[in-house]
Amino acid sequence: MTTTTVATPNDYKSDLKPIWCPGCGDYGVVQAIYRALAAVGRPPHEVAFVSGIGCSSRIPGYTTTYGFNTVHGRALPIAQGIKLARPELLVLVAGGDGDGFSIGGGHVPHAVRRNIDLTYVVMDNQIYGLTKGQLSPTSPRGLKTVSSAYGSVEDPVNPLMYVLGYGARFVAQGTPADLSGLASLIEAGLRYPGFAFINVQSPCITYGQPEAQLKAHKAAMKRLEPMGHDVTDRLAAMRLAAEYGEALYTGVFYRDPNPSPTYDAELVERRRAFGTLDRARALDRFVPH
Amino acid sequence: MTTKVLEGTHAISWAVQRSRAAVIAAYPITPSSGVVELLAEMCADGRLDARFVAVESEHSALATCAGASQTGMRAFTATSSHGLLYMHEMLHWCVGARLPIVLANVNRAVGSPWNIFADQNDSLSQRDTGWLQYYCEDNQEVLDTIIQAYKVAERVLLPAMVCLDAFFLSHTSEPVSIPEPHEVDAYLPPFAPDYFLSPDEPHAFGGLSAADGYMELRARIDAAMRHAEQVAEEADEEFGRLFGRRHPLVETYKTDDADIVLVASGTVAGTAREVIDARRARGERVGLVKIHLFRPFPFTPIRRAVSGAKKIAIIDRNVSFGHGGIMASELRSAMCAHPLAPPIFSFIAGLGGRDITPQTIDDVVAHTIQQEQPEADTLWVGLKE
Repeated sequence: MTTTTVATPNDYKSDLKPIWCPGCGDYGVVQAIYRALAAVGRPPHEVAFVSGIGCSSRIPGYTTTYGFNTVHGRALPIAQGIKLARPELLVLVAGGDGDGFSIGGGHVPHAVRRNIDLTYVVMDNQIYGLTKGQLSPTSPRGLKTVSSAYGSVEDPVNPLMYVLGYGARFVAQGTPADLSGLASLIEAGLRYPGFAFINVQSPCITYGQPEAQLKAHKAAMKRLEPMGHDVTDRLAAMRLAAEYGEALYTGVFYRDPNPSPTYDAELVERRRAFGTLDRARALDRFVPH
Repeated sequence: MTTKVLEGTHAISWAVQRSRAAVIAAYPITPSSGVVELLAEMCADGRLDARFVAVESEHSALATCAGASQTGMRAFTATSSHGLLYMHEMLHWCVGARLPIVLANVNRAVGSPWNIFADQNDSLSQRDTGWLQYYCEDNQEVLDTIIQAYKVAERVLLPAMVCLDAFFLSHTSEPVSIPEPHEVDAYLPPFAPDYFLSPDEPHAFGGLSAADGYMELRARIDAAMRHAEQVAEEADEEFGRLFGRRHPLVETYKTDDADIVLVASGTVAGTAREVIDARRARGERVGLVKIHLFRPFPFTPIRRAVSGAKKIAIIDRNVSFGHGGIMASELRSAMCAHPLAPPIFSFIAGLGGRDITPQTIDDVVAHTIQQEQPEADTLWVGLKE
């Protein structure tokens, strides 16, 4: 059973005070999540919030939903297990760029193609913040960090291009510099029937680049909606996604207008189809007479 | 010889630099990240002629080291806790492939629940993978052991793990002597395995070995591991001759006439020395045995070290659920055939970084003196109600 109630963002706010650096983008992300959950209106006990490891993965504890701070890189498979066991729950997954695109990178394509109804929010800060400033998979080439004293010699992962390439049906990007825009993107992801991916450019105030902080985001961000971008055009979305790291587009990149059924829905359908079989007669074939 | 004030992580980095590792692959994890941060810097500025790569996971880190080692190059990685556990598959693989990689593991508790503090269960749960395992008491021992570990590993063609307690060593600064490069070169020759990937002499590695051959390969690993004890003993003797410092596989401290022998490893041994000294000053006959090499388990030196005691107390910062302290169970197996085996009091303390203070250890010793026999197989120290 699912219920919707009239809720306010405060209903999803726990008593725990977030342990993030003052000025961290993740404060904005958790606010946007409170708002999105209130807009969707599922009561906290019908929401499971799963994360991996990293600064951003502290986030479930700051909500009143069921929270699961899991193993580094394994948030997606654990969330899939929860959704399979309890399909009536709204399952939200969050983590950082390291969790999603380094150590857990192998899970993303399978979460996309399996299409279990999850909403995956990646707080992408282009650095490993929790372990104090090493290269992350989205760190730009040339970035100097404690693990790349003279600059990174690797190209970054492009999360948007990756998931679009994997065939994701809902892909968006936001920034806490535009809190209400981010809240509505997360809400749209939560409402989307199937796997939804939202990349959040969430700046690291301590180890991040000065040009990637909230103020800079506010100045640089370009909203896709007024640009007339067609959200049903995957190739157009990929062209925009190719500018990851150069242009900061916010909004929905891609939304499949004719989404295939979710894994959960397919399972129900199969079971119904099998239910019409005469099991006894079918099994009878294997009984020696 | 240079002396620097180094935290444990950087003592490792300097040892790896002096050992001239050629490939270093790692993924950050608290509290081991500092090890490879300094190495990354050394690789970048030319102080170490090695290739450094910040890979996407610990599993990949050890896989990269395996590839590098298979080409005949010296490889290194550092990790901790969940990072080590994520390497588990490759830990086994490196042993089967006989790759003498050295890995520094900062002993940290394992989740769930999350905890980043000192606890030996991460590496002790990897006991049966076939890696040599050393446990260190201070940062000098950490540095020296890394260099020795390469020497031993490359002689017996098995990988070696050097373990140190989270924060108590990894993030504590102490003066550490760093031998000069030419001195280490004289001790540690270049890695020159008989078989390695080479276009001049093509080999294939890792092929299928069915029931007709697999068992013999396993027996050879076991033989190499047993032989490693003698090799480690010799490596330490030579190290002592060249550098004036010894790190016995099993170290005894004031045990000669001791009625009560306390057994410990890691930083607990350092604290225990204080307790032994205090009780000795009161005329009590107590002594300490430190387990430095855990795999291969040095049965003979352990037996020799504890056999004169009337009672043995052992402190484990680890637990095998349903069995007890892991080092205690090893000690019991070493003593089971001993005709006059003294009673073994097995204490579990300090899990998840809980302090093991001089008072904790003194209580353990007092308990062992008071009781005729241990009242249970495993005694948990300082549990809250």
